[in-house]
Amino acid sequence: MGKTLYEKLWDDHVIAGPDGESDLLYIDLHLVHEVTSPQAFDGLRLNSRTVRRPDLTLATADHNVPTGPLSTPITDPISRRQLEALDENCREFGITVFPRGHENQGIVHVIGPELGVTQPGMTIVCGDSHTSTHGALGSLAFGIGTSEVEHVLATQTLPQQKAKTMAVVVNGTASSNVSAKDIVLAIVGRLGTGGGAGYVVEYRGEAIRNLSMEGRMTVCNMSIEAGARAGLIGVDETTIDYLRGRPGVPAGDDFEEAATRWRTFVSDKDASFDETIVLNAPDLAPFVTWGTNPAQVVALDGVVPSPDDTSTGDERDSVSRALEYMNLTPGTPMREIPVDVVFIGSCTNSRIEDLRAAAAVASGSHVSAGVRALVVPGSRRVKDQAELEGLDRVFTEAGFEWREPGCSMCLGMNPDILTPGQRCASTSNRNFEGRQGRGGRTHLVSPVVAAATAIMGRFASPEEVPT
Amino acid sequence: MKPVRVLEGRAVPLERSDVDTDQIIPSEWLKRVERTGFGRGLFSEWRDDTTFVLNQPEYAGATILVAGARFGTGSSREHAVWALMDYGFGAVVASSFGDIFRNNSSKQGLVTVQLSASDVDELSELVKDDPTRLIVVDVEKLVVEVPEAGWRRSFALDAMTQERLLEGWDDIGISLRRVDAISTYEATSHAPSLEGVFDAEGHVQHA
Repeated sequence: MGKTLYEKLWDDHVIAGPDGESDLLYIDLHLVHEVTSPQAFDGLRLNSRTVRRPDLTLATADHNVPTGPLSTPITDPISRRQLEALDENCREFGITVFPRGHENQGIVHVIGPELGVTQPGMTIVCGDSHTSTHGALGSLAFGIGTSEVEHVLATQTLPQQKAKTMAVVVNGTASSNVSAKDIVLAIVGRLGTGGGAGYVVEYRGEAIRNLSMEGRMTVCNMSIEAGARAGLIGVDETTIDYLRGRPGVPAGDDFEEAATRWRTFVSDKDASFDETIVLNAPDLAPFVTWGTNPAQVVALDGVVPSPDDTSTGDERDSVSRALEYMNLTPGTPMREIPVDVVFIGSCTNSRIEDLRAAAAVASGSHVSAGVRALVVPGSRRVKDQAELEGLDRVFTEAGFEWREPGCSMCLGMNPDILTPGQRCASTSNRNFEGRQGRGGRTHLVSPVVAAATAIMGRFASPEEVPT
Repeated sequence: MKPVRVLEGRAVPLERSDVDTDQIIPSEWLKRVERTGFGRGLFSEWRDDTTFVLNQPEYAGATILVAGARFGTGSSREHAVWALMDYGFGAVVASSFGDIFRNNSSKQGLVTVQLSASDVDELSELVKDDPTRLIVVDVEKLVVEVPEAGWRRSFALDAMTQERLLEGWDDIGISLRRVDAISTYEATSHAPSLEGVFDAEGHVQHA
């Protein structure tokens, strides 16, 4: 019987050990950021250990960086200290680092693919649960905790147990108003926050194949929101075309040789999965979350659900609590709910295609009175490209703030936070209580819905924006 | 980490499902570069609420957290484990856990006890009924019990995690014993080196 892509990646990286020992997986690329690494570097120093492969390790500042002008100093002393610690640790251990203001700096899951250091067939880890993003390029990529960060720094390996495999098949062609974000919100809504636990998910089917590389990253990015540590998409010509010419990939004949190997990173036709979930793309529509976890999702055309719609007492409690936190009344049409803030950014939706799509909606219109709308590019390179295309002017003329790259309001570790009670339409990945600032209320949406919502001042789709 | 064989203590019932790691320790606490002192941030958005269960005097000093389904989903932050342990918890009982959280717990010696949802409910009721009841989590026998109530349940833990908890082993030390096998693997590895891609200042080197 054939192998799934996951099984191929696993077999390629497992280090043979004596019987009964947990499997040790070799790690090809370790991405590092400032939040989950300082304690790991301290651990190395305490035990007089070193970084085994600094040349397979890459660091960037993203979670804490302010997104205001680069000339403004970092006022939060604890944030500043953490960013300085990243710099010092990387210099001490010989790791390439992109600090604030660097031409390659950006959100760790944006810069990996854009620099071409994320490549098919690799194992990639990072102390960040959205590492699953890199699986869009046919690599096994997953988030780890700080103890594991230290483990990978010291050994370039990780003890792992083999996961089960799940195929999520999205058949057919999605309507043109359905984005990659809507597809993944539908998947998370279907699986629930725990449905993918213990699995590595492979996204398959025509609607996935039809996605651009950046759209595929959006889908894989949110695998963890369904509980799956990793999401994968098999390599095809979209993958190869995306990688050609990027700084980290070989050039000329060497590229073609690498591409030949990369094309093998697909599931074999006769491979079987432990679990298969099927969705029909034509049934999908733009989605928005209404509650406090990413599986609490409803069509933009829908209404706020009622606790009575659920089957178990446990779920009823969870829905009631979410409605209370979100200050929503069952039966309210989503399109009638006003917002205070719109955030376009994060490792889910801050790439150039996301910004182009949002700018196309915003162009010639203006952000609704009383709404604050932020656009935070995923990286310096994305920002530069957007400015080359004039997207910054489109946004600023429409009343959006055009900011410096970073994680920003996705998790509010920098000054970009909601105030208590504020409601936000956000292109990020988590609507957890307090995620974007204490007491803040987050609704997850696609970039085009975010842009339309900013203009209309309530949840809206692009068709509603007057031209 | 310190070996963990048997934990004996009182418990506190959280009675909430889907408690993600952002709730366990909000991101404002993640800016610190130390590994200690996170206990003050544990469930910090809920701690201002005087009715929150951790604020109830009868549960003060509890060392076992009885949580709901899908505890510790979301962000990979190990700070969630540090916060629970710094606060004084040595074990969390729940019907399911976030994968990364569970893994992080095993690296720090926080015991994750997975029971069926109905068993978790039973345990919660026993604790609410009498918060002074002693709960025993035995990592060697893989059982959790309330001896005074004659309530006893088995739980599963993979052999490697159980052994590491019992012995207090340092994972890195174990893996480094296999350094020869790692070197052998590396000799034929396809991992693309970043050397030559970036210069010392992180600029792309053009061929």
